[in-house]
Amino acid sequence: MDMVTLTIDGIKVQAPKDATVLEAARKAGIKIPTLCFLKGVNEIGACRMCVVEVKGAKSLQTACVLPVSDGMEVITNSAAVRESRKVTLELLLSDHNLECPTCIRNLNCELQKLSEELGVQAIRYPGEKSKAQYDDFSPSIVRDTSKCILCRRCVSTCHKVQSVGVISPNYRGFNTVIAPVYDMSLSEVSCVNCGQCIMACPVGALKEKDDTDKVWKALADPEKYVIVQTAPAIRVSLGEEFGGELGTIVTKKLPAALRRLGFDKVFDTDFSADLTILEEGSEFLDRLQNGGKLPLITSCSPGWIKFCEHYYPEFLDNLSTCKSPQQMFGALVKTYYAEKMGIDPSKIFSVSIMPCTAKKYECKRPEMFSSGYQDVDVALTTRELSRMLKEAGINLNNLPDEEFDEPLGISTGAGAIFGATGGVMEAALRTVYEIVTKKELKNIDFTEVRGVEGVKEATIDIDGIKVNVAVAHGLSNARVVLDRVKNGEANYHFIEIMACPGGCVGGGGQPILNADERWEADYREERAKAIYEVDRNMPLRKSHENPAVKSLYKEFLGEPLGEKSHKLLHTHYTKRELYPATK
Amino acid sequence: MAVALNQQQEFTAKLKQIEEMLKKYKGQKGALLQALQEAQNIMGYLPIEVQEMVAETLDITLSEVYSTITFYSFFSLKPKGKYQIRTCLGTACYVRGAEKILDRLKTELGIEVGDTTDDGKFSLNACRCIGACGLAPAIIINDEVYGRLTPDKIPDILKKFE
Repeated sequence: MDMVTLTIDGIKVQAPKDATVLEAARKAGIKIPTLCFLKGVNEIGACRMCVVEVKGAKSLQTACVLPVSDGMEVITNSAAVRESRKVTLELLLSDHNLECPTCIRNLNCELQKLSEELGVQAIRYPGEKSKAQYDDFSPSIVRDTSKCILCRRCVSTCHKVQSVGVISPNYRGFNTVIAPVYDMSLSEVSCVNCGQCIMACPVGALKEKDDTDKVWKALADPEKYVIVQTAPAIRVSLGEEFGGELGTIVTKKLPAALRRLGFDKVFDTDFSADLTILEEGSEFLDRLQNGGKLPLITSCSPGWIKFCEHYYPEFLDNLSTCKSPQQMFGALVKTYYAEKMGIDPSKIFSVSIMPCTAKKYECKRPEMFSSGYQDVDVALTTRELSRMLKEAGINLNNLPDEEFDEPLGISTGAGAIFGATGGVMEAALRTVYEIVTKKELKNIDFTEVRGVEGVKEATIDIDGIKVNVAVAHGLSNARVVLDRVKNGEANYHFIEIMACPGGCVGGGGQPILNADERWEADYREERAKAIYEVDRNMPLRKSHENPAVKSLYKEFLGEPLGEKSHKLLHTHYTKRELYPATK
Repeated sequence: MAVALNQQQEFTAKLKQIEEMLKKYKGQKGALLQALQEAQNIMGYLPIEVQEMVAETLDITLSEVYSTITFYSFFSLKPKGKYQIRTCLGTACYVRGAEKILDRLKTELGIEVGDTTDDGKFSLNACRCIGACGLAPAIIINDEVYGRLTPDKIPDILKKFE
């Protein structure tokens, strides 16, 4: 690679010639503050926090978009630079809702952190505040523009990463507001509730709809039998909220923590992930052998489902009719489990801990009442669980290892890998292979579908049947795969799609990393690594070997795709409008 | 009733016209400004129906279309009046009292900036420099410039359009 040499703060620095000054400085261990910058997503030089002096330039330059050049002399820390950054920051703060101690992002806010780092101790520019919008009509995402700093990280994420594009800067100048068209609510436009905008927000302008109150209330109600399920991806992310490294595994801390919060039974969504594989694997074989609609596309990700309903309704028949593991679990708790234990299902309060904001929407869908009640009463994000634990004074690090309750806490490694992109595909292949061949699968690691590459393709030989599979994560990658199918460029049999980059480990309900942390390490890779470690260490790693799933079929369901399965575990989809009804 | 029906027919006809016009921009993401300008020339403003058509033809999001329309004061989301008044708020006009002119226009017409009178006659907008600084403060009604204004000259000017 062609390198150039420049001087930053008197230090000679070598950098590739297509690098920016920000990148070159970072590499040399020189920190330039940023705010609107989000590596690979939003690199637009808008906030002017990264200004530097460049010899020969008339004015201060924004380092995040300034290409390096040979012989360039950069000063990142002059009086003029410091004053400029400070003024900019004070101006941002002068139009910011400063309710910091009660803000959801208190102590995890990039604006707050910068104020501290740049030594801003007073705001010299009191003045008019722009008109704010507070939108909490979406079941998943709350917008509070009184805290918005117009960095556009959410906009870039929504448009570029997710190719959804329902928020933009509306109006101009002081009136600019990041909002959907006509300043509508996110609930009125074709938002898919993925929550990736929240993950990109440096401040508290975007947050999940908080449902912790409902759970506290249920826990305090002696009449209620409160059951919780935890998604695969929580066990490799919750630890980060308690000071753990990226991808710290806390599988055995989870049951202890949830019991201390007062849940009557602590179960595992990995169980119903295994169940999903039995149903979906059977569905795939049925479609393959009986001329059903192919490619079959996975249906675990509610953000993806809503995306498909709005943007690719022509693929609705390709979607697996399987409910997501969360919803399969919910339907079983208030039927199978209630019957088995002799509990009145109306007394059961069913909570899920999910890495996902779209799950909040999913559990309210009208199709998700197949037990006769709302199958899952409340879906909490990883962040909400973390807040509840902290409020209760429970420190994950001080807890003993405990096990999930039986039988709905029994799972295999195949269920665990649902948490990473490619995991559902891999779990399905492990099971489908053995069902078809009736032979033991020796090497169960399908590494070709693992990893953070946006679109992964493979051809798997199942006893002579060549199965073409594709895996996409992040909705812009989903478009790539779907367009290939549409244009006849690919002949897939089975596709896995997850709405969020990295799959559930990168879900919109996960711990929020700041821009620096996201730059330093790939959180998707680190958490996925942990997920595969969880899988490796499980005694059973194929869904069809899960003893609790086997007894569920024996005692209750009968067989995969049977009548009861059909009623409780499968669903249907609805074509949705692309544009809001404003006429 | 008959009037309403006529308006509806006219609206539909103009939509059709815009649809035809947009064909040449199919898939051209970069053509947004031209497309919007031509569409507004046909319809007089840019209702949601037109925005959706533009988004679909150019293969961009509705949000981006709306964002662009609301950024430029030239574009309008609401039907415009028969006579479009644009008040220059450029530097020269501003320092010579453009704000007072604008305030008087608002009181005389009983509308805010960006709105149209109920009879559909006048719409009022503010704009950046119109290049008539020598005549500051100035306004434009349709294509005609009225300069060296004082608030008291406003009623007489409006009367010309009665």
